[in-house]
Amino acid sequence: MSDMDPFEPVRTSRPPSPSVGHSDTVVIVPEAQTKWSRRNFIKGVIASGVTVSGAVYFGPALTRVNPLSAQGVERLITLNINGQTRRVDVLPGETLAMTLRYKLGLTGTKLGCDRAECGACTVLIGDVNYYSCTTLTHRVRNREVTTVEGLEGTNGELHPVQQAFIDELSPQCGFCTPGQVMSAVALLRSNPTPTRDEARVAMAGNLCRCGAYDHYLNGVMRAAEETSNA
Amino acid sequence: MMKDMIPGFELIQPTSIEGALNLLEEYGENGWALAGGMDSLGWFKNRGKRPEAVIDLEGLDALKGIDETADGIEIGALTTLTEIELNPLIRERFWLLAEAASKVASPQIRNAGTLGGNLCQDTRCWYYRYGVSCYRAGGNTCYAAAPEALNREHAIFGASRCVAVSPSDTATALVALDAEMVVRNSSGERVIKAENFFMEPAVDIMRMTVLDPEDLLIKVRIPNTWTGADFYFEKVSDRGSWDFPLVSVALAIKSTGDRIDDARIVCGAVQCIPRRLRNVEAMIRGQGRDEDTAAQAGAMAIQGAKVLNYNHFKIPLMENLVKRAVRG
Repeated sequence: MSDMDPFEPVRTSRPPSPSVGHSDTVVIVPEAQTKWSRRNFIKGVIASGVTVSGAVYFGPALTRVNPLSAQGVERLITLNINGQTRRVDVLPGETLAMTLRYKLGLTGTKLGCDRAECGACTVLIGDVNYYSCTTLTHRVRNREVTTVEGLEGTNGELHPVQQAFIDELSPQCGFCTPGQVMSAVALLRSNPTPTRDEARVAMAGNLCRCGAYDHYLNGVMRAAEETSNA
Repeated sequence: MMKDMIPGFELIQPTSIEGALNLLEEYGENGWALAGGMDSLGWFKNRGKRPEAVIDLEGLDALKGIDETADGIEIGALTTLTEIELNPLIRERFWLLAEAASKVASPQIRNAGTLGGNLCQDTRCWYYRYGVSCYRAGGNTCYAAAPEALNREHAIFGASRCVAVSPSDTATALVALDAEMVVRNSSGERVIKAENFFMEPAVDIMRMTVLDPEDLLIKVRIPNTWTGADFYFEKVSDRGSWDFPLVSVALAIKSTGDRIDDARIVCGAVQCIPRRLRNVEAMIRGQGRDEDTAAQAGAMAIQGAKVLNYNHFKIPLMENLVKRAVRG
């Protein structure tokens, strides 16, 4: 099935018409030969005289060298991440999760399903939780983005939700935890004293393969109690 | 690990409705109107759809928000599902829609997902979404109706080559509320009844709504017709969160004393469009709202249902949901 094939050639928005006028750039890469090393690829480029305009025919090989270059044109934009101004080159179809993890080094935000299903990539935009895997980075240019890295207090202390999760032994393997933390923070910002059922609904967009849901709920309720008493 | 990237497209972010409409007209079939992105980005990542240009509607503030009008309310197509769920006016007058919106997917999806996007989203038929060349994708077969096909989510009514169902939770509520869709393109505006907004495969198998590529759903109008009515909404799905309905029911009903004056009953996920049960509505008019009427309504609702290999369960499920809705 073409949609799941990782070696399927990537295509830019306006592909040049095949072969006509590009006879020197058409390179057919059989599947068996797609595991090019960087060195072999460069050699191949030199040998065949392939130019940039031939890049669209190079899906498999190109993916190995620079996965970003056939995805369109990057644009330099300014983002507000965790209170800091970050300048970054962003592709048209780039998701916020990609930008955060692979361009800004904020790997606290996890990618689980990459399909808006699991919640591991949850971040705050303003005070609201969103799936960053299904948010285009270009959409958040004028917004305040908060990732799990941005929750730390001025002296490096943990956010009350993080502390409560530790106290309640909420995480098991921990992969979903940053997303769970962000959803809990979003909940407590909009509803500082949720009932357990309200918290359950608010946390329903975050999956936990370890099944530690009740432990997370304990953590959310403890955080709510401690922050509203403070 | 590097995750999959979305193939390149031109991203255009218009700031006015006119600008967006001109772009939709310019790109036609190669353009893609992006609302919340909850359905769209999955399609792009799977290479199921490869638009040349994505027209990001995020900047169209005129399409966001809920306004009271002389005879009802108007909801901008880019209003998020969370806003609809929490809006006091909608909760007070059209609880049915607020409830339906609250049952969509997960909190994060409701925060980003819009009413327009929820109504215009594509079907969830997993064969179609896998990228096979089925009827709906312009091919010449249906994989979901094949003898060995896994089709427990599929249609029991109105199948015509394609057996996919309408996935939208808010669509059933809006049909039950006699809502109207305001649709605009660069040459003008038209108003379409919610009931006629969705497309049956017998008419056009490759579209879920009547929208042409250059059309944009601008807003949804809900008249005060059903203000003060009793409402019932129930969605049955495999999971309590992040799931599409197996069958859903939306009901608006007005009674005087024990007698039913008028009703709208709409079922979701049993047909490619929200299925309005006109015959049941006509039958219960003037009847008492009791167990007998409910049982008759349920029996009538499932008349003519045609099952596939794995979706027999939808018949008793639909019957029971209609029964419960009418009984109240």
